[in-house]
Amino acid sequence: MPEPTSTGAAIRFDAVEKAFDASGRGRVVALSDVTLDIGAGDICGIIGRSGAGKSTLLRMVNGLEVPTSGTVTVGGRDVGRASGADLRAIRREVGMIFQHFNLLASRTVYGNIALPLEIAGLPSGQIKQRVTDLIARVGLEAQANRYPAELSGGQKQRVGIARALATQPKVLLSDEATSALDPETTQTVLGLLRDINRDLGLTILLITHEMAVVRDIASHMAVIDGGRIVESGPTYDVFVQPKHPTTRSFLSGVTGITLPAFIASRMQDSRPDGASEEVIRVTFAGSHATDPMLAKLTGEMGISVNILAGAIEEIGPHPFGNLLISVDAARGSDAREYLQRHGLLTEVLGYVR
Amino acid sequence: MSANLIALLYDATLQTLYMVAISAILGTVLGLPLGVFLATSQRGELLSSPLLNKVLGLVVNAARSVPFIILVVAIIPFTRLIAGTSIGTTAAIVPLTIAATPFIARLVENAIREVDAGLIEAARAMGATPYQIIRKVLVPEALPGITLGLTLAVVSLIGYSAMVGAVGGEGLGDLGIRYGYQRFMPDVMLAVVVILIVMVQLVQSIGEWIAARVDKRAPRNRGN
Repeated sequence: MPEPTSTGAAIRFDAVEKAFDASGRGRVVALSDVTLDIGAGDICGIIGRSGAGKSTLLRMVNGLEVPTSGTVTVGGRDVGRASGADLRAIRREVGMIFQHFNLLASRTVYGNIALPLEIAGLPSGQIKQRVTDLIARVGLEAQANRYPAELSGGQKQRVGIARALATQPKVLLSDEATSALDPETTQTVLGLLRDINRDLGLTILLITHEMAVVRDIASHMAVIDGGRIVESGPTYDVFVQPKHPTTRSFLSGVTGITLPAFIASRMQDSRPDGASEEVIRVTFAGSHATDPMLAKLTGEMGISVNILAGAIEEIGPHPFGNLLISVDAARGSDAREYLQRHGLLTEVLGYVR
Repeated sequence: MSANLIALLYDATLQTLYMVAISAILGTVLGLPLGVFLATSQRGELLSSPLLNKVLGLVVNAARSVPFIILVVAIIPFTRLIAGTSIGTTAAIVPLTIAATPFIARLVENAIREVDAGLIEAARAMGATPYQIIRKVLVPEALPGITLGLTLAVVSLIGYSAMVGAVGGEGLGDLGIRYGYQRFMPDVMLAVVVILIVMVQLVQSIGEWIAARVDKRAPRNRGN
């Protein structure tokens, strides 16, 4: 998404490069040529494997890392060139939550949430009011005077979120915020982030290695691999039509559609001589996601279909389905043409004898 | 044991407490900021100033390598400059403080280095100044460790205070040497040793109690 969205970009990466001088190994390039706009009010998920550079990318937004070249702007202000009081002012407008919460063990829930306000120099009356509101927002009224050691992981992350919201930022950065949580707690924390995004219009930039997190919460996504953004766009579009192999490998983890091993091991790229089956990925998107297209394919075209794997998912309000099927290779092109004519996306994965 | 000797023991105990208390307070006042600086001034850290860090580190190491009894006599001119005299209980506070300061600085440095770097990152992300990070994050989070370190320092000072008899520092150690050893009065020696044991035991218990009180971490992390 190189061009800004209609609401204007909250965060903009422009030709950003980051290189480190690693002793003995020369220069290590962590990020290269990263250009990405994150629209105000969007939830943008950046997914990548560990070491892909996503953490470095996130830390540039609040100046914890400085780009070697290129610019990172937040609300129109150049973070990389800000320093001292200017940089601290920008940081107060960018909240951040962490995988390991990073709460002060020596402070209670109340004290942890008050910390950024004390740092900002608010009078204690205002701090009390704001912290009380935030504790209510994240539902920790009963735990206000507890210490982090007495809280569960999910409760700790709620404190982290309340603390990040304390200075009323416009942008929230999430550094693998659910990676240390169990699936159920992850859902409640993601739900809280979604509510905050909706209620406060907060722009959220999150990094994760879990495609499920992106699917569940992000309106936009970018895939980072080897320090480069290899694919980006609205989450639904990327899920429906992934272009880059890295994206596909992340997707196969979350959509649960991988070929059964006995087929995958026998599959070949070109059509063999003699009788064979063509393996096709069919993606049902939008209004067609729930149509019984395969039954029609058999009924109207007389093509019999083997279903190998499949799932139907929801991204936001949009359902989409992914099916892996095989048909007689001689009728493959007929089948694909029929499905495409009815608004489905098809892709030939290979052939099995 | 005569009433006279008991009075001597009583006075010596007060002298030891006086020397140890004042030098511990002064050592903390000087050693705490020094330790904080040592813990935050290496290259790339909050108060990054590698050269000063190295120089202060060398000074601290040098001060800590001088045996205390030699330190006491070596700095007599300095003691006279500060205390007006080089002899007596008050004068003994000068070498005790000079010995305590680098020791406390190292203990504080270690306690602060134990604080999770993630907390510094979180505070930086909040827009905190280095001074705010030190005051609101590093020192409070390191407090259990600092408390145990200070306890250790006070116990060491009680031991050191026994040597300042060499410059007329008086106190329990001096009493033990002059009466218990030189006048061969084993009952005095025994009394001195018992009082010192009780004193160390009390300091240790109180220090551990305070450390536990200020330690809000999960139990498995306690007692570093």
